[in-house]
Amino acid sequence: MKNAEKIKFLKEKARELRTNIITMIFEAQSGHPGGSLSAADIVTVLYFNELKVRPSEPKWKDRDRVILSKGHACPVIYAALAMKGFYPMDVIYTLRKMGSILQGHPCMKKTPGIDITTGSLGHGLSVGAGMAFGAKFDNLDSRVFVILGDGEIQEGMVWEAAMLASKYKLDNLIAIIDNNNLQIDGTCSEVMPIEPLDQKWEAFGWEVFTIDGHCIEEILNVFEKIKKVQEKPICIIAKTVKGKGVSYMEDECNWHGMCPNQEQYETAERELGGEV
Amino acid sequence: MQKMMATRDAFGDVIVELARGNDKIFVIDCDISKSTKTTNFAKTFPERHVNVGIAEQNAATFAAGLSTMGKIPFVSTYAVFGSMRMCEQVRTSICYPNLNVKIACSHGGLTPGNDGVTHQAIEDMGIYRTIPGMTVIMPADYNATKKLVACAAEYYGPVYLRFTRDPVPVFYNEKENFEIGKGKLIKEGRDISIIAIGDLLHEALSATEKLEKRGVSVELIDMHTLKPLDVELVEKTLHKTGRIITVEDHNIFNGLGSAVADVVATQGKGIMRIVGLKDTYAESGDYHQLLEKYEMDSSYILKMAEELLSKKEVLRKKDSA
Repeated sequence: MKNAEKIKFLKEKARELRTNIITMIFEAQSGHPGGSLSAADIVTVLYFNELKVRPSEPKWKDRDRVILSKGHACPVIYAALAMKGFYPMDVIYTLRKMGSILQGHPCMKKTPGIDITTGSLGHGLSVGAGMAFGAKFDNLDSRVFVILGDGEIQEGMVWEAAMLASKYKLDNLIAIIDNNNLQIDGTCSEVMPIEPLDQKWEAFGWEVFTIDGHCIEEILNVFEKIKKVQEKPICIIAKTVKGKGVSYMEDECNWHGMCPNQEQYETAERELGGEV
Repeated sequence: MQKMMATRDAFGDVIVELARGNDKIFVIDCDISKSTKTTNFAKTFPERHVNVGIAEQNAATFAAGLSTMGKIPFVSTYAVFGSMRMCEQVRTSICYPNLNVKIACSHGGLTPGNDGVTHQAIEDMGIYRTIPGMTVIMPADYNATKKLVACAAEYYGPVYLRFTRDPVPVFYNEKENFEIGKGKLIKEGRDISIIAIGDLLHEALSATEKLEKRGVSVELIDMHTLKPLDVELVEKTLHKTGRIITVEDHNIFNGLGSAVADVVATQGKGIMRIVGLKDTYAESGDYHQLLEKYEMDSSYILKMAEELLSKKEVLRKKDSA
């Protein structure tokens, strides 16, 4: 695929992903739209261009692993896995319902394509370091992508894992920070300042890249650049907007865990160009 | 004189032996390998040894990730940290997804005596007993520890193992076999049952000897696996003697006594006493002196036995039939 075509294709996939996110949360009448939408472009490029995965063989040993450390944003992963063919598309409408394979937060025992159970913030990077260490030990060329929230890095264990990944030179471990600057109680700078993000990760021995997390071209570029990094874990700081793509949700922390009503749902779908 | 050995030493010895035959075994240390006795493992298998530093939560969660790659990580720390500092990590990232991680802890109960309360683990087994999917084991001596650590390595799933810092008598023969979830009936008896776990088996043994000298027939059980509890064995001994004393180096709440009481309550007969730390903190001091002061030693078990034996009501199923 030529670059321009690829970008067009990925942009369309991202749009489709966002409509699926809104629809599944609306169907469930519960879930977390804000952080799902902010990570949508990154997740799109991961699943539709970058990752080495086999939908028909979710446990394939040589696959790349994905850890959604900010587990509450699971609609974005659930929709991507369905679009990728890990399970039928209509499964997404069972989100958060009794008997569903799609739990309120990711469960590796129930959902094909989920590499680790998450939902308790702060765990993902430590798990990812364990996977990356194991992959290196077995000489697999699998990579481990960990998607973290920016508020999430207030959890102390994230920094324990950051030290460990650097000590063991885990260059197959990629942390992607969804830097939308919002958490439940307000902006990160109000609740507990996390800046300067890049300097923090650099000081812990990571190779840091800062990108616009909604620019498909920049996401594609950074995934090329990180392939050259050796003997250092990689941190991608993705500048994003919480609720991206739905006007009334954008940059509004109330949309962290709120569900749209019928009217809001229709507005969202219209804005995203999906069918209502 | 009986040979005395700390069960943490047994862990340090057996983990090296096991790792020779099983290349999936890893040890995750938290800066205290000298004390948890894993330095020999680190020297013998440096590529399978990870020292995360003083970061227990990270140790457990890293181990979770490593186990998804088909490895069998043993996280090695002290029981207070292995149960409480990393509790939520173990619950959500290990037990909920049922990952094959072992939490192997020295300094169980009052065995780190002189270190004081900060290092004495008195709640740990109760905490892990509450978490679905977790197996909880405390072996009684050096040889039992070697066998039960081997069982834990063979078994798929999360296991909490608890060892002693201080030496305890070596009771078992090194050929003795153990099975997770199967208590050991050490001695059969008719009048009263004593069920012990871990280091206090030796106190239960000496109480048993004294009682036998007085003509009391004691049934003695080593309940090395707190969870899953050997319910069948508890029911059997209850119906035989009707009187049970449980003995544990742990708070009296939610440990062996509570687990056995859960079973007794379903049977509608029987009476029991729980010997353990009476919902209090201990203090710094010699391990044996602490057991005496906090009424967890053989003479207190004896006192409890006398109390139960004085109860007129006979609660045996078979005798009354």
